[in-house]
Amino acid sequence: MPPVSVDGFPETFRREGRIVVVGASLAGLRAAETLRAEGFRGTLTMIGDEPHEPYDRPPLSKQVLLGLVPPDHTALPRRRAIDARWRLGTAATGLDAAAKEVRLADGDTVPYDRLLIATGVRSRPWPHELESDLDGVFVLRTRDHAARLHRRLSAGPRRVLVIGAGFTGSEIASACRGRGLPVTVAERGPAPLVGALGGVIGEVAAELQRAHGVDLRCGVQVTGLEGDSGGRVRRAHFSDGSAVDADVVVVCLGATRNTEWLAGSGLGAGPRGIACDAGCRAFDVRGIVTDDVFVAGDVARSPHPLFGYQFLSLEHWGNAVAQAETAAHNMISASVDRRPHLWMPSFWSAQFGVNIKSVGVPPMADQLLVTQGSLTEHRFTAVYGHQGRVIAATTFDQGKWLEFYERQIERAAPFPPEFPTVDRRPEGRHPIAAGFPDPSLPTHGPTVTLSGHSPADRRLSFTPRRA
Amino acid sequence: MTSASPLRQILDPAHRADPYPLYAELRKTPVVRDGTGPYLVSTYWEIQELLHDPRVSSDARNLNPEAAAFLGQEEEDPNLPPTFLRLDPPDHDRLRDLAMRPFGPPHTPRRISDMRGELAGIVTQLIDGFRGRDHLDLVDSFAYPFPVTVICRLLGVPREDEPRFHVWADTLAAGLDPVHGTPEEREAQRETLRRARADLAAYLAGLVEERRRSPRDDMLSALATDHGPDGRMSPLEMVSTAALLLIAGHETTVNLITNGMLTLLRDPGLLRRLRDEPALAAPFVEELLRFDPPVQLLPQRTTLADIDIAGTTVPKGASLWLLLASGNRDPRRFPEPDRFLPERPDNQHLSFGSGIHTCFGAPLARLETQIALTELTRRLTGPRLAEDPPPYRRNAVLRGPRHLPVVIEGLAD
Repeated sequence: MPPVSVDGFPETFRREGRIVVVGASLAGLRAAETLRAEGFRGTLTMIGDEPHEPYDRPPLSKQVLLGLVPPDHTALPRRRAIDARWRLGTAATGLDAAAKEVRLADGDTVPYDRLLIATGVRSRPWPHELESDLDGVFVLRTRDHAARLHRRLSAGPRRVLVIGAGFTGSEIASACRGRGLPVTVAERGPAPLVGALGGVIGEVAAELQRAHGVDLRCGVQVTGLEGDSGGRVRRAHFSDGSAVDADVVVVCLGATRNTEWLAGSGLGAGPRGIACDAGCRAFDVRGIVTDDVFVAGDVARSPHPLFGYQFLSLEHWGNAVAQAETAAHNMISASVDRRPHLWMPSFWSAQFGVNIKSVGVPPMADQLLVTQGSLTEHRFTAVYGHQGRVIAATTFDQGKWLEFYERQIERAAPFPPEFPTVDRRPEGRHPIAAGFPDPSLPTHGPTVTLSGHSPADRRLSFTPRRA
Repeated sequence: MTSASPLRQILDPAHRADPYPLYAELRKTPVVRDGTGPYLVSTYWEIQELLHDPRVSSDARNLNPEAAAFLGQEEEDPNLPPTFLRLDPPDHDRLRDLAMRPFGPPHTPRRISDMRGELAGIVTQLIDGFRGRDHLDLVDSFAYPFPVTVICRLLGVPREDEPRFHVWADTLAAGLDPVHGTPEEREAQRETLRRARADLAAYLAGLVEERRRSPRDDMLSALATDHGPDGRMSPLEMVSTAALLLIAGHETTVNLITNGMLTLLRDPGLLRRLRDEPALAAPFVEELLRFDPPVQLLPQRTTLADIDIAGTTVPKGASLWLLLASGNRDPRRFPEPDRFLPERPDNQHLSFGSGIHTCFGAPLARLETQIALTELTRRLTGPRLAEDPPPYRRNAVLRGPRHLPVVIEGLAD
């Protein structure tokens, strides 16, 4: 008797199946393109809460704010036609996993055979609703946000206040200085970028900001935003008793995963994202992996063998692309043909004329060593160590060396590295504490978050007013 | 490889016309210690890895004495101190950044693309000069004069001085070949070279000074007057950098254009395709770079630590020879590596290097070659090789034909 294959359906599924992609941004689009490229000929539905076709977000806090690129010129280049039914401007509001249906805000339901969730993240809003409703208070995540903020910056505000010095906040401050606008940056932590890169590199980021004329205030919280009689923001009050007059306030307190719509769906979805296996299949709350719901992009949490198989949440452009491609491939492949998503975390930023790049998981580190260049010159390569092995590396204007350190991480090379390099300085002889804040305190903008081993992690809550 | 010294075989002029079978043999052992001392690396991923390895130095002062002698390294030249090509960070980064400011992005993103019209004009003029001839040497009458003229214009050398530049460029290019002959002849070659370098340096120093006083829209003026965030080059560094651009941007482009015409003339189908689809020029030049690169290998690098690679430990202080041209034919990276496929996808060849020393002039070399090959294929009617293989120069590193004799039936407008 020939073996009976439970995977026997892929050919039929490729021909006649129904795939729904929720989330029409980078991950959703690249997944759809991969599905078609790999031979999926069935029905493909793209659901997105924004009215726009997929666009690219990294330029929004850089070229768009500088006025170099109009907000509506950020559409993502298309790799191929995807022949999809688009449901743009309609948010998904619920998932019935048993009936295999996605509910939409307009009351429609869309049935699927396989579902890809790529709903990403949104900006965490200013927690006081009345204050956040003041005219002049912004967040930045979408093209519409960027268009509004750009318009306001072009009107020549007297001062911009950026609340939160993670990557987005720092890039916005950089763009404002590039336009010659006075900027105050308020950061609760001891320095910019501490959540992502630690206190040592954070100090360098602080120097950069100050050298470019930013009024940087660390270790303070904004306790209140004050409006004028016309409902326009005019002043911010800080926890140290000081205040600053500003007519534009940009709230950059990090991101929240868009998972609320999955409440009651039975999926392992929570504030840190949706847990999935290395093959991008979602876990349900019982820790059982589903076979028809896949996850990709910023909203996913997936285990990584290089980092103790902890679940990682990555807000990285490259991860969204790679995970989308893997998820799409696996959605239409038999189990033996599936691939794991084993992406090396990496990201970049451009601010104050410096190109910042990073690989690995810096927040996992306890120590750091500068192997090339010098912190004081703002041009260096820093290697992060965790329990005697290399776990991450960050470069300021030295990105061309990063490939080497990526391999050091892959090979679990010993830390501290003993070898001489083309530019190893005396300051790079001894490791120092990397200076990450207490991991039990959520920080904004870490970009990589280790979130333990539980597929149903729902414990986390973020309270920006309590340090 | 049966020989104890594959290096000697690579350097042997008998293999110049087709070194690729040698490389294929070498790739069986990705990293091998040559009988003469250096370590040869012949496979794609290993080369790629070493190009990004911060334990590998490009500073000529780190070369061990044997390697330096083998390469016939010049003693330090007070007229032309080391350029960023032969330096490690931080000096490398400072000088390269300063040189890049007037040359490319982010500071001057349009310098090269704005030269397109001027490049096309030079090409047209050179090809017009073929009129009435049916026998040509494409090296002497086209591939040589074109890049020198371009660099003169880029730097801002006055037209009336261009002929002097051509002479220096020829002398210095010849000097890239290993010296040979009797001891007296060798000394004479070295002396000619020294004099050319001194003359060129003196000329450039004068020009830099002139441009500092009355700047124009050219690179020397920008180098001499630009106040970047990291200060400026010293006058000596400006002279050195300008000389580097002349030498490095010259011989390599000559070879690329010549190798391109040789490849096209060997395959009439290919020639027709480029003539019919000039838009193919960009991917065509990328495949050409992969298939027959002007810089065959990088022989200047030194390990600062023991490096484990492909099962071999290369000890600290070893001299590394990275065989770029061999890596480009590595079947583990490029399917059907010995075929010329103009539309090859994902063509990340090694021919401009990688990492911090990635070819500075790559955008210019690409544009020059794209225009040159498109125009030559369009305008030469009935071209064919008069000699195959053509005679090659001795140099195994910067490898290319010394002459490319062709016969043509006529010239289109």
